[in-house]
Amino acid sequence: MANPYYAKTDIGPPNFWNMLPQVIKDNYGNWLYHEKVKPGVLKHVGETGDELYTVRVGSPRLLSIETLRWFADIADKYCDGHLRFTSRHNVEFLLADGTKVDALVDELEAAGWPVGGTGRSLKNLIHTQGWIHCHSAATDASGTVKAVMDDLYDYFKKDDLPAKLKISMACCLNMCGAVHCSDIAFVGVHRKIPKVDDYGVANGCEIPNVVASCPTGAIRPNPKAKSVTINEEKCMYCGNCYSVCPSLSIMDPENDGIAIFVGGKVSNTRKGPEFSKLVIPFIPNEPPRWDSLVVAIRNLVEIWVKNAKQGERYGEWIERIGWEKFFEVANLPFTDKHIDDFTFSVPTFRSTTQFKFTDKK
Amino acid sequence: MTEKKRPLLDELKKGKWPSFVTEMEKSAATKPAVNTLLNLVERSFEEKRVHWKHGGIVGVRGYGGGVIGRYCDLPEEYPEVAEFHTIRVNQPSGWFYDSKAIRSLCDVWEKHGSGLTNMHGATGDAILLGTTTPHLQDCFNDLSDAGFDLGGSGSNLRTPSACCGPARCEYACFDTLDLCHHVTNKYQNELHRPMWPYKFKIKISGCPNDCTSSIARADLSIIGTWRDRIRVNQKAVAEYVDGGLPIKSAVLDYCPTKCISFDKEKKEINIDNENCTRCMHCISVMPKALRVGKEKGATLLLGGKATIVQSAFLGWVIKPFIKLDKEDGYQELHDLLEKIWEWWDENAKVRERIGELIYRKGMGEFLKATDLEPVPQMVHHPRANPYFFWYPEDFAAEKEAKEAKKEVAGSEVSE
Repeated sequence: MANPYYAKTDIGPPNFWNMLPQVIKDNYGNWLYHEKVKPGVLKHVGETGDELYTVRVGSPRLLSIETLRWFADIADKYCDGHLRFTSRHNVEFLLADGTKVDALVDELEAAGWPVGGTGRSLKNLIHTQGWIHCHSAATDASGTVKAVMDDLYDYFKKDDLPAKLKISMACCLNMCGAVHCSDIAFVGVHRKIPKVDDYGVANGCEIPNVVASCPTGAIRPNPKAKSVTINEEKCMYCGNCYSVCPSLSIMDPENDGIAIFVGGKVSNTRKGPEFSKLVIPFIPNEPPRWDSLVVAIRNLVEIWVKNAKQGERYGEWIERIGWEKFFEVANLPFTDKHIDDFTFSVPTFRSTTQFKFTDKK
Repeated sequence: MTEKKRPLLDELKKGKWPSFVTEMEKSAATKPAVNTLLNLVERSFEEKRVHWKHGGIVGVRGYGGGVIGRYCDLPEEYPEVAEFHTIRVNQPSGWFYDSKAIRSLCDVWEKHGSGLTNMHGATGDAILLGTTTPHLQDCFNDLSDAGFDLGGSGSNLRTPSACCGPARCEYACFDTLDLCHHVTNKYQNELHRPMWPYKFKIKISGCPNDCTSSIARADLSIIGTWRDRIRVNQKAVAEYVDGGLPIKSAVLDYCPTKCISFDKEKKEINIDNENCTRCMHCISVMPKALRVGKEKGATLLLGGKATIVQSAFLGWVIKPFIKLDKEDGYQELHDLLEKIWEWWDENAKVRERIGELIYRKGMGEFLKATDLEPVPQMVHHPRANPYFFWYPEDFAAEKEAKEAKKEVAGSEVSE
């Protein structure tokens, strides 16, 4: 049945100004400083002397409207109805009255919502859709994140790490959410070339786009079949061709899994932004709790906690000791997979005789 | 229908971290489709594979984006999620909400969808996860009546996002929230109607801490900065020191340009601001004592993106400082942005991001097309190879300079 009514278009998002609590409107642009009250609780002080408290809780990002309505109720009860979300899927309750903070924290915690993730803590994991809602996922997102966060829960609750710790997850190389600049990033990977369904390619895909989508030039037209062929020696399993052509399925349940990269960051503090670098090329998919992944990440976190100086992010610690030393400390094998052979590899080769020996026993 | 057992997902209801399975079960209590979704995901856990197909073209009247089609690859077995489309809802700047807005979003989604959301997706939108084609227009109508609009998807301007900025941060060097709201509203057409070679992302961070991770993923990354001096409250410095802050190891040693010195007697610091690169470290460690400068604005960086296709790029400086004047509607930014889009739209191949286009065509061409001056702040170091272009205009300029010199010399003689 045709709908007689069509919505007004291009109205844009709701105006943020109408969402702000009065204390923010009064101190907008005039905050003086902030301090940590306790893990998960921040206090901002304005030039007027006004105080704003923020209580941060971690969420799994996937939220039901039942929970959202409960958050709205909590915001009404303690915060005159005001709350916000962060870029890392936390929920923040904003209130001017510091005497209500403890009761708010207690009520959130009692309902199972962890207060934490500020200062030198493990931040909430950012992640992607995974098997719940994506076609190109090489692993699940919510499941792996839940397993890792259960294991590292205490690091979210406390803020006594050497520095902040950002762990991020992407379920394929599209890397929605830019996980490639995180202290620890784990990423769903494929390891076998796509299977070409000639009929589907011929009837459903634009061949020039498919050829152009390949970063390594592995795809050639196959005029006979009105399809394409994939050169096994050149394909690096990125899955981009599958993104533009559904008839090049790259999914392979027995061989798909997870790679781990470390040492990246986005902030410009000290040395500046860095990509994360490969340390573990492959961990198999082990639903429901991905035990090998959880152990691997815990080990990576613990060696940093044990060895980093106060204030050193993951990559800053590695830069100080050297990558060769990192592989020794982490007790991880260094393989052909770790040496770049993609587009910009040469500057990553060591063009100096300065290095540390790690093979003396 | 007999209740299906889901032993694998049940394992993920255990543990202290909030469980997405529990969230899905809350929705499943009233929405049969979510119960089916849980069964489908259980099957994915058993088989270690996805059961979703590529998105088809679905949408709402007047828009080319904002809805992502999602279809199950086993529609006969899981008919309730045969179609399970995603709607992207443009978030308010800085993700600030009040309870009324949250409830109105929930009411619309209860009526028209699965009740599952992502708060928020990586780009910034509130994601409404799972509905069917016949519901799309009605859902959009109700969202629009409730004051919400859709976000971007496909080859268009993606929903801009911003950090909390001046609403709750003393580091904010400009009004991130206002700029985000302004840019989003000014470019509604670009946001809702895909017309470009590929996606274009704008992320807005109020200071070099870059809380929106803009440098790693935004085609245009706007990062707050200042060009004068860090403001120092020496009394507060002394209080940090008296409070036990090891100022040498925690602050001075970490300064990337070693431009801070500390006078032990006076318990005062001295910052050589000429050599400060505004990294935020000292300010972040001593927020009560140090404040960003007063002459504030932003640095513009271009080209950031994740790996696919050529490689991941971090955004690079194209304009070291821009004032971002609210009063004149950010005109300088808009003029530049529109030049960038025009050049990209003219020159890019299908699915080529702006950073990849610059890599293919060269920064020289990009700078010419956008009238940006080459400055040393754009590079870590100048080129180390002898391959560079000369253009007719270079020779023309040389000739002009030579003639001007001759004229000057001639006039000297005549005197």
